[in-house]
Amino acid sequence: METALTILLDGLVFSSYLFIVSLGLTIIFGVMKILNVTHGSFYAWGAYTAAFLIGLAANAGWPDWAGFAIIFFAAILVGLVLGLILERGILQFMYHRDEVLIVLATFGSFLVLEDTILLVFGVDPYFAFQPMQLLGSVELGGIARDTYGLTLIGLAAVLAVTSWLVLRRTHWGKLLSAVIFDRELAMAMGLNVSRVYIVTFVIGAMLGALGGAYIAPTVSVAPGFGVDVIVLSFAVVVIGGMGSVPGAMIGALAVGIVRALAVHKFPQFELFVIYAVMATVLVFRPEGLFAPVKARKI
Amino acid sequence: MRQFRKAAIAAVVAAALTPAGVAVAQDKPVKMSVVSFLSGPAAGPFGVPARNGAEVVILAINAGKLPAPHNTKGLAGRPIEVEYIDESGGNTKQVAEYRNMVEKRGVDVALGYVSSGTCEALTPVAEELKKLTVYAVCGTPRIFEESKPQYVFRTMSHATSDNVAAAYYVREYFPKIKGYTGINQNYAWGQDSWRDFDAAMKQLTKAKASTKLQWPKLFQGQYSTEISALLLDKADLIHSSFYDGDLESFIFQGQTRGLFKKKQVVFTVGETSVYRLNKRMPEGVVLGARGPYGVIVLNRPSALNKWFIAAYKDRFGSYPPGPAYQYAQAVLATKIAYDAAAKKAGAFPSQDQVIAQLKGAEFESFSTHVKMALGDGHQAITENGYGITKWDAKAGEVKLEKVKFYPAECVNPPAGVKSVDWINGGMKGAKCG
Amino acid sequence: MNLVRDRTVQGLTLALGVMLIVSALVPSWIVNQLLFAFSRAIVVLGLLVLWRTRLVSFGHALYFGLGAYTVAMTSRYTGVNDAFALLGAAALLSTVVGFFVGFIIRRYRDIFFAMLNLAFSMILYGILVKTEALGSTDGFTIEQPTFAGIAFEDPSEGKLALLCLLMVVGWAVAVGVQAYLRSTLGRLTTAIGDNEIRVEYLGYSAEHAIHIKYVLSTFLAGLGGGFMALALGQVDPDSMVNWTASGELVFVTILSGPGSVAAPFIGSFVFEILRTYAFEWMPHAWQMIVGGTLLIVIFFMPGGLWGLVSGVAQRLTRRRPAAAAPGAGG
Repeated sequence: METALTILLDGLVFSSYLFIVSLGLTIIFGVMKILNVTHGSFYAWGAYTAAFLIGLAANAGWPDWAGFAIIFFAAILVGLVLGLILERGILQFMYHRDEVLIVLATFGSFLVLEDTILLVFGVDPYFAFQPMQLLGSVELGGIARDTYGLTLIGLAAVLAVTSWLVLRRTHWGKLLSAVIFDRELAMAMGLNVSRVYIVTFVIGAMLGALGGAYIAPTVSVAPGFGVDVIVLSFAVVVIGGMGSVPGAMIGALAVGIVRALAVHKFPQFELFVIYAVMATVLVFRPEGLFAPVKARKI
Repeated sequence: MRQFRKAAIAAVVAAALTPAGVAVAQDKPVKMSVVSFLSGPAAGPFGVPARNGAEVVILAINAGKLPAPHNTKGLAGRPIEVEYIDESGGNTKQVAEYRNMVEKRGVDVALGYVSSGTCEALTPVAEELKKLTVYAVCGTPRIFEESKPQYVFRTMSHATSDNVAAAYYVREYFPKIKGYTGINQNYAWGQDSWRDFDAAMKQLTKAKASTKLQWPKLFQGQYSTEISALLLDKADLIHSSFYDGDLESFIFQGQTRGLFKKKQVVFTVGETSVYRLNKRMPEGVVLGARGPYGVIVLNRPSALNKWFIAAYKDRFGSYPPGPAYQYAQAVLATKIAYDAAAKKAGAFPSQDQVIAQLKGAEFESFSTHVKMALGDGHQAITENGYGITKWDAKAGEVKLEKVKFYPAECVNPPAGVKSVDWINGGMKGAKCG
Repeated sequence: MNLVRDRTVQGLTLALGVMLIVSALVPSWIVNQLLFAFSRAIVVLGLLVLWRTRLVSFGHALYFGLGAYTVAMTSRYTGVNDAFALLGAAALLSTVVGFFVGFIIRRYRDIFFAMLNLAFSMILYGILVKTEALGSTDGFTIEQPTFAGIAFEDPSEGKLALLCLLMVVGWAVAVGVQAYLRSTLGRLTTAIGDNEIRVEYLGYSAEHAIHIKYVLSTFLAGLGGGFMALALGQVDPDSMVNWTASGELVFVTILSGPGSVAAPFIGSFVFEILRTYAFEWMPHAWQMIVGGTLLIVIFFMPGGLWGLVSGVAQRLTRRRPAAAAPGAGG
């Protein structure tokens, strides 16, 4: 029984992490049809900025809880700056071009941003352990768990509910749905698609950065931080269905819990799991579990 | 005829890139490339200190300022012209880069390499190109056990000695251990490390290995689930060969959850993080440095060691960690071989003459005695040691307690015997004094 | 018009002759660069066929890696060590896998096509990284192959032999692709890209045509991967199967431009040189140079290098632009 609880909690923590890092990717894809490879850069920049600022704050004698404020501040800052630079500087000139060229442009930007991190932050890892240390640990299921990791579950839940409310219950959400369903029609109806795109991209960037910033206190933030995240979040999004928020949630839960089960019971299969789930979904439902319907144009 | 013109352009471009003959000067420097991780997660904890250790020694060699008897200038009188190269990007990229290094840029000595996989991949290439290659670190014993390379050397012990020494240390200081498990990165380094440790433990103790071993992917970074599994495992000792950003992430995540208090953890390469984590380094952890390097030998009084610590601290502001020692040792070995070869030849030596001197060489390095005893004189053996971390509040530093060294002949197989066979065969011929 | 009078084929044949002589004269590091470049060029040739239909795959490292690993595993575990057999096995296996995966892939277009391929390639990556018998993260070293039983004592002669074989094979597949593009089925390539439903009204099955193109591209990717493995003497998952490897392949496709079946060979060589010098001159920022180049190509060189070269050539000869630049020779 204790093991079952541990597996469940481990699964939930990892699922929450996956959901947080893949939410931005799936939102940008859903609205803009862009597979945003720079998502990994947003994640890495978010982590670096948060870790750097938390380190500064600690040296300046700020209280440890300030770290939490810094995490969100870093995410918003990185999302705004990088999101705007990329959208205004590169992507806005490409919307009339092939979608795959846009992916390539984000791939090029990703390569550039990877090295920019090296130039700005150097190769030495950054530690920002204060927030995790502050929250300490709790005893659950017979073992100690870090409270910080458990707050990931809360953050994921808040993000899931917020995005659902925004998409379903607000004027903005309806605009988005219109753009998602048919961009040309939305434009013809006088919708300012360009503004929708800017806002979507910046929000997606903020979410990517938030994933990195929130993880930063638990790890050593080192170069190459963003590369694997792209693959992880991509897998989650493929499983759930590209561009679907509930899909990302289901995808994250499926991968997270199956992986936890594997680590506890059959650790040798751990890395297969995510790909096995993905392969199964691909063979039986290649568009993902929750893919939005798309119209065929003549 | 447009196509023809294009083909012609392509051919001309190719021809234009051909270097126009190489001028040979009398006192041309010895070109050395020093390769270590300069980007990626292994750079900060391992690659950069390694590079720095090499740099301190190379600068001193060019200035003739190493302590006696090495206080002659340069390698056999010629200055070292060094280029520092990034090891990241995978084995395939390193193979391509090695060829460029040797064939395009005309490097005389290739020195360095941290990753076992990269060393395995490069060995046949080095043999093909017939270029003196001195591995400073990489772990796997297979390089000199599965083939007999002529141009490749390694100037520190291979991973077997780390793990055999760890098992001896566990037997000596933690005799009550009933079970042990492991968390190691899923590639050659992690797999070899575990295999040797497991085999040595079976020989030396009655403890049982866990059936649930953790093999996370290299650079995974998130170990929450693995830590839960380790905490739930009945084994009371955990073996880990983590060494880079992974090690530090694992320490942060494990520390918050009391992993290091509940389980006895053995980090075979944990030393690399001591100076960086400082107070954040958990107490009571068994720590190795892949040999007598770094914090473990901080207090050794030899002139070379004192000089190295002072020179490194002077330049980089911290004590030299293990990787700095290991790269410094490779550079020193190269100098000793060049100088000895020059003395014997009475002139600047050829590569073959240098190799003849390095083969089977025996010398005092900065912190230890090195003997090129295995692999037909190509693979070094040294003593190996472990200690237990203890925070010294007064000094504001991590100190090691219960430091214990095991002699080279105790933890290394004798020449001609494969590591795994040697351990499984009861470690015959070991001289543990 | 038959193939012998096709100007692209004539140009390729001439280039082959010139390169066979040139490669014997250049220093060995250039031989290596040519080996890497032309191995990749064969893969890119397949991507070019797809791109003419407006399909871009972000997962062809799957077939590239499959080809490379087939060579490595076959020579390691079966003792067969002849280049012809190894390359044949590599091309065969990736073609077979491509054939089956094609049934799923052919239903998808645009970005979904790109990403489904990526998803499939990640499965192979996951398997390789996790399996010790397949070398996990480290991969394998491959021995020097023999050529139809002939073993070269001097490794540099072996490399040269491999390059000659590679150039002849490269020539053959380029001519083959050219012939395909000029066939009726091939001519549908651009038409499907423009409007697939119109093509179906003409009585052709777009899915069927795309499946054929896809299998062709996987054959070429496996073959190129096999050559790459022999050229490097090493395989590893991160530089051959990971998504970044797929990204590189697409990058070279864009860099080369879709203008001609000769373009991939030039584009790949430029890419190798770019990467080598970027790494040599700016070891800390070589990715930035590569990424920046990619952005420049996307923005300012829509026709890739081929478009640039043929544009300059036209201006020099003061000729009016030849009709239908993308189908040069076709």
